[in-house]
Amino acid sequence: MRRSRHGAGLFLLGLVLGGAVFARWLGVPAMAMRSPLLLVGAGLLVGVGTVLGSGCTSGHGVCGLGRRSVRSLVAVLTFMGTGAATVFVTQHVLA
Amino acid sequence: MKRFAPAAIALSFICGLLFAAALVLSGMTQPAKVMGFLNFWGMTQGTFPGRWDPTLAFVMGGAVAVTLVAFAWIGRAFAKPWLTDAFSQPLRKHVDAKLVVGAALFGVGWGLAGYCPGPALASIMSGGADVWLFAVAMLVGMLATRYAMRY
Repeated sequence: MRRSRHGAGLFLLGLVLGGAVFARWLGVPAMAMRSPLLLVGAGLLVGVGTVLGSGCTSGHGVCGLGRRSVRSLVAVLTFMGTGAATVFVTQHVLA
Repeated sequence: MKRFAPAAIALSFICGLLFAAALVLSGMTQPAKVMGFLNFWGMTQGTFPGRWDPTLAFVMGGAVAVTLVAFAWIGRAFAKPWLTDAFSQPLRKHVDAKLVVGAALFGVGWGLAGYCPGPALASIMSGGADVWLFAVAMLVGMLATRYAMRY
């Protein structure tokens, strides 16, 4: 348990530092600032949804589908569906 | 007391770096690109694929092509991992309401901001205040849900 916690911590450190280094090296197009309310709301939804649904695009998508997990397939289809519906509403209905 | 495994720690860090490189290179850290991928309705606008950006399908598709083969092979070829005691595998098998509701909420947040947890953390030092706002709210949401689910 302790060891895997060290491992998870170091993985996250690599993700954060690697993200900074590779973004500088490869260049990521800058994006205009968006509404803080939208970002906080979206962050809360992603955080709550990830824990409640036991996984995200990496956990259910990359790992779960690779394990042929039915739960992960259901999760991926669900979040792709609600993600697409959200983009439809924000970019086609409201825009 | 278990032995401290420096090789496992070092490898975890390298895996984090590798994952970050893939997320940046593939465009997963660009919210506009993610929302372009989720814009399935855009297929109906103009000539196919219209305003739908299908490129990110190859990111998850490519990753799953690797894990499908690798996980099956590793499960058969090795009884236990090299650097730790056992493979950690999720135990739950049944689809329940928590899974579906959680995934649904996740999708709404993903579609609103164009960030999911991995890319958000990978761009926290390069994406400015937008990513900080998203990531802090995400961590608050995660901790609050974990706390609430303890009862």
